Amino acid sequence: MSDSDTVGRPGAPGLARGPRGGAAPDTAPEAPISTPKGSGGTPTQPPKVITRPGDKIFKALTVGSGVFVVAMIALIGIFLLIQAIPSLADNQANFLFGRDWDADPEGGLAFGVLDLLLVTVFSAVFALIIAMPVSLGIALFLTQYAPRRLARPFAYLVDLLAAVPSIIYGLWGAYVLAPALSPISTWLNENLGFIPLFATGTSNLAIGQTIFTAGIVLAVMLLPIITAISREVFDRTPSMQVEGALALGATKWEVVRTTVLPFGRAGYISASMLGLGRALGETIAVLIILSSTTSHFGFSLFDGGDTIASKIARAAQEFNDPRGAGAYIAAGLVLFVLTFVVNAFARAIIAGHKEYE
Amino acid sequence: MAKRIDVKDLNLFYGKFHAVDGVSLAVPPRNVTAFIGPSGCGKSTVLRSLNRMHEVIPGARAEGKVLLDGEDIYASTVDPVSVRRTIGMVFQRPNPFPTMSIRDNVVAGLKLAGEGDRKKLDEVAEQALRGANLWAEVKDRLTRPGGGLSGGQQQRLCIARAIAVQPDVLLMDEPCSALDPISTLAIEDLIQELKKDFTIVIVTHNMQQAARVSDQTAFFNLAGVGQPGRLVELDDTERIFSNPSQKATEDYISGRFG
Repeated sequence: MSDSDTVGRPGAPGLARGPRGGAAPDTAPEAPISTPKGSGGTPTQPPKVITRPGDKIFKALTVGSGVFVVAMIALIGIFLLIQAIPSLADNQANFLFGRDWDADPEGGLAFGVLDLLLVTVFSAVFALIIAMPVSLGIALFLTQYAPRRLARPFAYLVDLLAAVPSIIYGLWGAYVLAPALSPISTWLNENLGFIPLFATGTSNLAIGQTIFTAGIVLAVMLLPIITAISREVFDRTPSMQVEGALALGATKWEVVRTTVLPFGRAGYISASMLGLGRALGETIAVLIILSSTTSHFGFSLFDGGDTIASKIARAAQEFNDPRGAGAYIAAGLVLFVLTFVVNAFARAIIAGHKEYE
Repeated sequence: MAKRIDVKDLNLFYGKFHAVDGVSLAVPPRNVTAFIGPSGCGKSTVLRSLNRMHEVIPGARAEGKVLLDGEDIYASTVDPVSVRRTIGMVFQRPNPFPTMSIRDNVVAGLKLAGEGDRKKLDEVAEQALRGANLWAEVKDRLTRPGGGLSGGQQQRLCIARAIAVQPDVLLMDEPCSALDPISTLAIEDLIQELKKDFTIVIVTHNMQQAARVSDQTAFFNLAGVGQPGRLVELDDTERIFSNPSQKATEDYISGRFG
């Protein structure tokens, strides 16, 4: 009995007497060998571990998938780098701190990514500032307040927002939202114009092709992403904790504050960062909404301009010269690194909130 | 502080399921009452109905009266939140708030009630931790998270949290079932001390525990599968374990069924 019990268990040299029940015949020839070949008689050599073919295949598949995803990211990075280097070498301007973008190879390359980067971050952060509290409200409503009958279809509806193609958001933003926001942005500009955020920008407020409009559209696009993840996390608040708070005489809101929010905080933050990554990379909606401009970005919500992604998309038609294209690819590399940094930042925040459970 | 409880013809439901049928019992103040009975007989449900925790489960409802010193806690004018502030509860598995420090866990109830004075809170935290026999073990690490304590310490922390608000009654739902024998003993000793100040109702699966800690014992049983649970008898603990008046009780405590 004891012999057959140790078959197949790693770390039991010399006890393997063959496969149990006659399965896995490929292990049979190795089974009687008590010390591995080539061990030179050293007793410290780790014993041969018996594995079954099913395990080998499955392990190979999972390791392969893991390696694949890492390799993909590395390859994308390497591709961007290789394509960008020649153009960066020819660049007449400071790439990271230059504010003018001239990627026309005829007149000599002089491109700086700073303005594009600023507009990208500015619009994405503005979108996040709107989307985070609204998503939190929706997620809490769905998990804590809405009756079950209502919560399910409502959650489905919010998820549906994620399924709307971004071109539709772009059209809606440019042709419906932009003119509708015009009175609000005019009022903000007239009354709060002394704050740089609401100062007169490069875009015509009557038409509304501003970062203000783009940010609000982006916020709507982020809602389903942040809401979906936050909802899942809030739903998993241990009922023990909720009952503990209720038994102390906590009201509904106090239960949320003492149990649901601390429990879901890390998930909510990571959801928001995921949304931020989405907003940074959003292309077509921003491209349609924002008016392009030759002026510098002035840190106003009523500026036009371009994000990195929309700038690349605008120019994609003219990628016939590799040096000009290389300039845009260099900008793409900056976006790539930026999303990496955002993700690392999110992980650092989550790691700081590990005390739950 | 300690108040008496009178339950009058209490029926409890989960949706359409009739879980507990017509329970009437009296719990005198400064007294330990144990609820015993087989699983599913409704003893935990009855316990949870005593501070209106039963109704937080969707679809659950209660019919009948639970009088706390003569006042019906199920009266339409009574706010369940204020009921739970005066009737504390300790659960089967220790459930301190994991993101809060030990001190903040203890005073969580007071903070909910609006007490903001730091000095007052510190005083109460010490009193409650002393009352729960935990002060000596944690006094040097009050700012550390409550989740870092051992299971038995966590359960005493939960007791400290419950008594910090000076409740009229303390309900305990199998407070020792997740603990080792030594921690169990510590909690049982604590119950003996707490009964000087509080009215205590405890649900337990451990009949020796019921015999050790309680003054009176209520035996609950099911009439059959799918039938509601009901109270078979309530008497002094000594009588229940030596000379119960019902045969079902005698069968249960001596380990005979059917």
